Amino acid sequence: MIFLRLILVNLARHRIRTAISIAGIAFSVAAMLTVVTVLEGAVGMFSSILSSGSEMIVFERNVSDLFFSDVPSAARNLIATWPIVSHADPVLFGVVSSADHPIITCFGVTSADARIRDANWISGSATEFEKAAGNSVVLGERAAEFLGASAGKDVPIGHGVFRVIGIIRTRNGFEDGGVFMPLQAAQKFFHKEGSSVITIKLRQKEDTAVFKSQVHREFPNLIALEDSEFSRSYSQFKILKATAWAVGGCGLALGGLGVANTMIMSVFTRIREIAILRVNGFSNRQIAATIFGESALVSTAGALTGLVLGGLALYALKEVPALHGYVDVTIRPMLMSIVVLLALLTGIAGALYPAAYAMRIKAAEALRFE
Amino acid sequence: MMSQEPTSLDPAVIQAINVWKSYDQGTITVLNGVDLEARKGEAVALCGPSGCGKSTLLHLIGGLDHPNAGSVKVNGAELGRGRDMVHFMRHEIGFIFQLHNLVPDLTMEENCLLPAVAAGTRRTEALHRLGELADRTGLTHRMKHRIQKLSGGERQRTAICRALMNRPGILLADEPTGSLDEKTSSVVFKLLLDLAHTENVTLLMATHDRHLAAACDRVLEMHDGHIRTDR
Repeated sequence: MIFLRLILVNLARHRIRTAISIAGIAFSVAAMLTVVTVLEGAVGMFSSILSSGSEMIVFERNVSDLFFSDVPSAARNLIATWPIVSHADPVLFGVVSSADHPIITCFGVTSADARIRDANWISGSATEFEKAAGNSVVLGERAAEFLGASAGKDVPIGHGVFRVIGIIRTRNGFEDGGVFMPLQAAQKFFHKEGSSVITIKLRQKEDTAVFKSQVHREFPNLIALEDSEFSRSYSQFKILKATAWAVGGCGLALGGLGVANTMIMSVFTRIREIAILRVNGFSNRQIAATIFGESALVSTAGALTGLVLGGLALYALKEVPALHGYVDVTIRPMLMSIVVLLALLTGIAGALYPAAYAMRIKAAEALRFE
Repeated sequence: MMSQEPTSLDPAVIQAINVWKSYDQGTITVLNGVDLEARKGEAVALCGPSGCGKSTLLHLIGGLDHPNAGSVKVNGAELGRGRDMVHFMRHEIGFIFQLHNLVPDLTMEENCLLPAVAAGTRRTEALHRLGELADRTGLTHRMKHRIQKLSGGERQRTAICRALMNRPGILLADEPTGSLDEKTSSVVFKLLLDLAHTENVTLLMATHDRHLAAACDRVLEMHDGHIRTDR
């Protein structure tokens, strides 16, 4: 109890300094939580686009981005005939724009695609999509909202005008904020012969290895990966995740420096008091514990404040119309735990030098000059 | 617990043997071969002008510093030779300083409990001990008061309570009344002597005040790092 009082009293003596340190950690935690959640959410949503109703994906080998992948229609047609394959759905990814919305993801799909087949239709139907003319599109619900479109109306997209023949609701933000075109219309629009990827559902999951080797043998320019394998290995995802953690890490490092500065000042301004603790029988370990205790308290307070700030920031991002459909702001408990743990470790690391300094204080020297 | 008067048959609990101490790579010599002995329960005053080495000698005996030459033995064992100094500071020695050296913002009770916390004494036991000492020093009504609210005399009495918390056998007092007015100084000193006597503690006190020193069992005169007279 008195141990805790010693820690609290010292923090309370320098309220402003303590508050600044807590704020430093809080902003770092909030930044890390926000950046990582947004980017991981985006990656997660993009991954789930690929795994929609499928378990494998086939795309052009060695492309830096799926938007640049080109899988020939002939390949899709042949793969669909293989006995081990249940579905082989071509998907063409493209980016289109409209007034005020420079980036809208476009999906060129067939009516057999799970997105269309299993969609929750707010208006229109899969049958209408199957029979649709070249200038028809189906919009995700969010896309319809921000484009101000409804079924039967025309919307300007890119350099063309398209008739909205249906609106679907999906759980995936990218899809919900996207435009769905019949595959052939998309091929024409994006000047592409085939598709970006083929999503594959096998009759038996155990045939994964067989399927991979068959693709490799028949189409050396293509590669087949399981969805989870793709998410792990896709360089864009790796870069995004690494960037998120690096930015967050830098933020935390800055927060840690703030704690280190506070703890150094805390030790330097009470050298005499530490000497008195030593005279009263405090061991090195007990003295270090008071310093680490202070830093742990500052870090904990900062981490908790940061979680609240980060939560508010994510909530605010969710409400930004321009980000609708692109930002998944669900905070993962595991991420929260990691961020808090990192904040605590940073705080403790910041107290290492001050604690070592405090342990080296010679009582006789500190007390010699009264 | 009343003690008997110390006799020459009592064991020497403090022994300084030909102790030398200098600072700044030997350019400032503070102690020049000091020899000193104090017996169990004895009250010894260490008098002398400022800078003669009184505080340095107390620091060496209290294990806060090491001599350059010579040896310091406390309770029969030499300091600094594999001795557990943390245990020594917690259980064998109590310190009182001129400037009470209490922790600001803590209460009188919390300050006094610091040695007990360091030693891991059970709280109920520590509070019982503090109750005894606060009663003896007349501070019972000030236990929950912050140090800043106490007078100079009360602060020094708090420092005495804190020094005696873990029942040390030796009390080292460095000008314990130096920052107090004459009247308060006399009250605090009497209390200190009385407590040292009833607790059977060996008191080694550095002081300028010869009037107070005269009330001790022995007075040692220090000059230029030597003990000149022992009376």
